[in-house]
Amino acid sequence: MTNKKVGAARKRAVITVIYHVFTLIFALVMIYPLIWMILSSFKDSNTILRTASQLFPTKWEFSNYTTGMKGFGGIRFSNFFRNSFVISGLSMIGATISSAIVGYGFARCNFKLKQFWFACMLVAMMLPFQVIMIPQYIMFKKMGWIGTYLPIIVPQWFGQGFFIFLNVQFIRGIPYDLDEAARIDGCSVYGIFTKIILPLIKPSLVTSAIFSFMWKWDDFMTPLLFLSNPEQYPVSYALKLFADPSAGSDYGAMFAMATLSLVPIFIIFLTMQKYLVEGIASTGIKG
Amino acid sequence: MKADSAAGVKAVKTKKTFTQKLDTQGVAGYVFILPFIIGFLAFLLVPMIMSLVYSFTEYDILREPTFIGVANYIDMFTNNAKFWDVLQVTLYYVVFSVPLRLVMALLVAMLLVKSTKLSGFYRAVFYLPSIIGSSVAVALLWKRMFASDGVVNGVIKLFGGQGNTAWLGRGDTAIWTLIILAIWQFGSSMLIFLSGLKQIPVSLYEAATVDGANGPQKFWSITLPMLTPTIFFNLVNQLINGFMAFTQSYIITGGAPRDKTLFYTVYMYKQCFTYNKLGYGCAMAWFMVILVGLITLVLFKTQHLWVHYEAEE
Repeated sequence: MTNKKVGAARKRAVITVIYHVFTLIFALVMIYPLIWMILSSFKDSNTILRTASQLFPTKWEFSNYTTGMKGFGGIRFSNFFRNSFVISGLSMIGATISSAIVGYGFARCNFKLKQFWFACMLVAMMLPFQVIMIPQYIMFKKMGWIGTYLPIIVPQWFGQGFFIFLNVQFIRGIPYDLDEAARIDGCSVYGIFTKIILPLIKPSLVTSAIFSFMWKWDDFMTPLLFLSNPEQYPVSYALKLFADPSAGSDYGAMFAMATLSLVPIFIIFLTMQKYLVEGIASTGIKG
Repeated sequence: MKADSAAGVKAVKTKKTFTQKLDTQGVAGYVFILPFIIGFLAFLLVPMIMSLVYSFTEYDILREPTFIGVANYIDMFTNNAKFWDVLQVTLYYVVFSVPLRLVMALLVAMLLVKSTKLSGFYRAVFYLPSIIGSSVAVALLWKRMFASDGVVNGVIKLFGGQGNTAWLGRGDTAIWTLIILAIWQFGSSMLIFLSGLKQIPVSLYEAATVDGANGPQKFWSITLPMLTPTIFFNLVNQLINGFMAFTQSYIITGGAPRDKTLFYTVYMYKQCFTYNKLGYGCAMAWFMVILVGLITLVLFKTQHLWVHYEAEE
């Protein structure tokens, strides 16, 4: 009996070790490309290709970062970063606030045609941008918005499907007792939103904020469509210039700037992972 | 905004002041969702209708559009071989990348459902590619990795292979570099599967163990059927995303070699902004809306055949 128990325990230990070794190797293979890019950005630019199969640089170089930051055609790369922060920041603020307001309307108010508008919201959530990009371009061109940040930022201020949905789910989980108590105390529908609901939905606000920031940070299509002046490019679009034949082939600088462009995402990922995971798990939001 | 006849208001006989009316749910609801209504009309509905109208015209944005009936659609279907080529490329990409990504997501989710001290770390590592995968930075990285002198060939040489394949230079391998990139981003589907797996009642597995079921039997008769709603949800989402893939093809391959990796959306973009045929582009966009809409509809209509919802029991 004891022998059997010891045998079973040993077998379990072996299985645990195999499990961890396998999962760890698998995980390493998965992020190998990223590690390779980050470490390559510290290699001498001329040796990156020759030493592609070697992971660590023989000599750690920071010159790629200084070259990369010089940017293109007299526009420093820091300029692109500033643009990205402006675009992502303003989009984030707009999407978060407007989606919370709209979400409250759907979750707590009864009004005519509510089902109809909710269905419209679901359609807006599912419809990919690629489908409406051409008519939007034509429309913004007629409005004189092409070449400005307006077509990129303004639509974010009218509620985003996924975030509205997230807020609706979250607000529905808050007991009605709170609303009723506030109502008796003479609070208006608007007061209930600002005084009762808003402080309680912080988690869904944070989730909306980090997703909207990350999506805009990575967004390549709207700058490609709506911007024309390199001074205005965000990082995502500026990086593409490294791939242009005219830019030559400074892979070191390219990797350095690509790595740098991922830093804000990494920071959000490391500090806000809980919100990201919950956001995806509860609404199936695309990450 | 004529919501003041809502039930709550009707009940009160005395005429309400403006502020009182504003404070009823029927009116307040519209005040709250007003941003969405404006945005929906201005940035979605109006553009969609405009796009339908433009799809029946020849339009280069400089001159006024001229009405040409269904000529764009006829040209697309009968005259333009490239239209069918890009559709085929896109379908190939979707048919391989979507199921493979889901299988990968499910396998890794099942690996990670076992809770250990390292669970959080593993989850983070497998999720990371999905969160940065659509960025230009990763597209550039992928392009370098699969270059003839890139890291993929380098690793193959390290293991004694030839390592001289021009991955991006051949049609059959170039499309697979894009499919592999899509599979690599299985993280968010994995998280959805992970939360689905955790919702399966342990009692089901215990009962199966008592009945003497082995691992694979449990998987086929408990795990998989219980996960079908999650699989369905992931499938619909990923299919739509798959058809809309743009950045990968645009940056990594640019459609090369010989348009073997030219995605539908990239060709649509080129029609509009390289050849200045915006009417044609709108027709292509509408064809895609209808195609993806139909596929989604078929999936929804056939889900009763394989998707298992608990409430039905």
